[in-house]
Amino acid sequence: MTDVLDNEANDLLPARSGNRAWKKLKHNRSALLGLILVSFFIVAALAAPILPIADPAATSWSAIRKAPSAAHWLGTDEIGRDILSRMIWGARASLMAGVVSVIVATIIGVPLGLLSGYFGGWIDQVISRITDALLATPFLILAIALAAFLGPNLTNAMIAIGLSAMPKFVRLTRGQVLSVKTEDYVEGARAVGLADFSIISRYILPNVFAPVLVQATLTVATAIIAEASLSFLGLGQQPPDPSWGSMLNVAKNFLTQAPWMAWWPGAAIFLVVLGFNLLGDGLRDALDPREG
Amino acid sequence: MLSYILRRLAIAIPTLILVSMFIFTLQKILPGDPALALAGEERDAAALEFIREKYKLNDPIYEQYLAWAGGALKGDLGISLRTNQPVTELIGQKLPVTIQLAVMAIIIAFIIGIPMGVLSAVKKGTVFDYIANIVALSGLSIPNFWLGIMLILLVSVNLGWLPASGYVSPFIDPLRSLETMIMPAFVLGTALAATLMRHTRSAMLGVLRADYVRTARSKGLGETVVVIKHAFRNALLPIVTMTALLFGELLAGAVLTEQIFTIPGFGKLIVDAVFTRDYAVVQGVVLCTAVGYLLINLVADIVYFLLNPRMRSVL
Repeated sequence: MTDVLDNEANDLLPARSGNRAWKKLKHNRSALLGLILVSFFIVAALAAPILPIADPAATSWSAIRKAPSAAHWLGTDEIGRDILSRMIWGARASLMAGVVSVIVATIIGVPLGLLSGYFGGWIDQVISRITDALLATPFLILAIALAAFLGPNLTNAMIAIGLSAMPKFVRLTRGQVLSVKTEDYVEGARAVGLADFSIISRYILPNVFAPVLVQATLTVATAIIAEASLSFLGLGQQPPDPSWGSMLNVAKNFLTQAPWMAWWPGAAIFLVVLGFNLLGDGLRDALDPREG
Repeated sequence: MLSYILRRLAIAIPTLILVSMFIFTLQKILPGDPALALAGEERDAAALEFIREKYKLNDPIYEQYLAWAGGALKGDLGISLRTNQPVTELIGQKLPVTIQLAVMAIIIAFIIGIPMGVLSAVKKGTVFDYIANIVALSGLSIPNFWLGIMLILLVSVNLGWLPASGYVSPFIDPLRSLETMIMPAFVLGTALAATLMRHTRSAMLGVLRADYVRTARSKGLGETVVVIKHAFRNALLPIVTMTALLFGELLAGAVLTEQIFTIPGFGKLIVDAVFTRDYAVVQGVVLCTAVGYLLINLVADIVYFLLNPRMRSVL
């Protein structure tokens, strides 16, 4: 009996819908643009150590606040460091912050949502009230407060952002579980005496996967902006390590003398966030069974 | 109706208690001795002990919490370490500035977001819709502190049209006030406009498919009348309630916007407090934000309930 259920589930779930989703995604121009933008920054971040660029920390007193030129494509900063090189190394901080904090949010949020939705009762009450309490504090303010309390550095900023983003994943997963819990195949699995853990991992988790993936992609975008905001305020990546947010923080003091210092980091944040947003929107359309 | 409000309150109160506990413990798990921070230059053991006694730092943590929460209920959130002012008074001074900024931002967001959303729903699938969507997504993706910096660079530094920073109360000089606030309000309003545009579009798309709109069209009514009178009026309700839920986004945006334009508001208060380790202020601000958020949500729910005829029949 369980085999029959298994085969049916395998038949219905990931492989086939994954293929269909990919086909739809391929035909969505804006999603593809998103994918290209995101891949570009990921490749740049990964290739940073092997690219023929200047040392991001090397200062030069003869090249202070130089406008973009052949020697320094994006110009130099207030102590003569090459901005292009700092941008590429800064991509690492931004992307890592985006991805790691979303991983933190999902590995805590999804199991809590599963527990809350599947078991209901007092477990649900407790988890839901805590989620409400966290959601009552605006995301960035919560992240600022957490980062301030934990101490200003990139790791703590990622933890703070992850924890602040977590309640959304609890809500989403819980809602999804509630909607599949009463489906016939879940009731059937329970009727044949399958353990709760097996039911959750085989029949419920696959249904939670698609919406969580969409939410995760969109949250990477939010998390990158949040990291940039924290670093901009001085609560994230600390100097001299480069990060787009902290570069902007310094740049705002030299707006009249060296405006290029402010152009690039902001443009990069904008493009990578736009990429994740386009990709997330595209994934939502591709994975939504209601869309034709 | 009353039972509905009471039920909603019954959920909001435990949430608020949890928030307050959370905010309180956050400070307690901090590394570092608050007595040392309070003492400042003073490192004398007797002085530290005096401070511990005075601020009841030696009491069990639940007693400290009860004392703090009890004070908060009476409007006493403690004293700012930095300015020696009561936290409630500080918040009272800064909040109106942020409210002015937020109201202006919402007005700008409505002016941009709603017409764009309605038009792109009506013109679904056209070039206009496509461009409007890209613009909205860009508005969501642009970090607002960068937008602020770029605007300062263009409008203040290069063109010299508007001041780059500063704040003037509208009660002292309304025109100057508008001058200093219009750019920050625009920066804060863009992300909001983008979100509003997307919600308006999807609400309108839902309504435009409804039977009564088809009926209105088949009666031979002009398209403008159908869109404005029949569709838009019904789409407006979810849009307005949605705006209430954007409160959090607005406040978080205000933190950065006020930082860039050096506006002495609520957002700048929390950032300054964080950097000077003025914990009483941080706690007070976060608590206030949470109370505001819960209240606005409650009001939005009740308004939705009252305005929605289908919900009224449940009574």
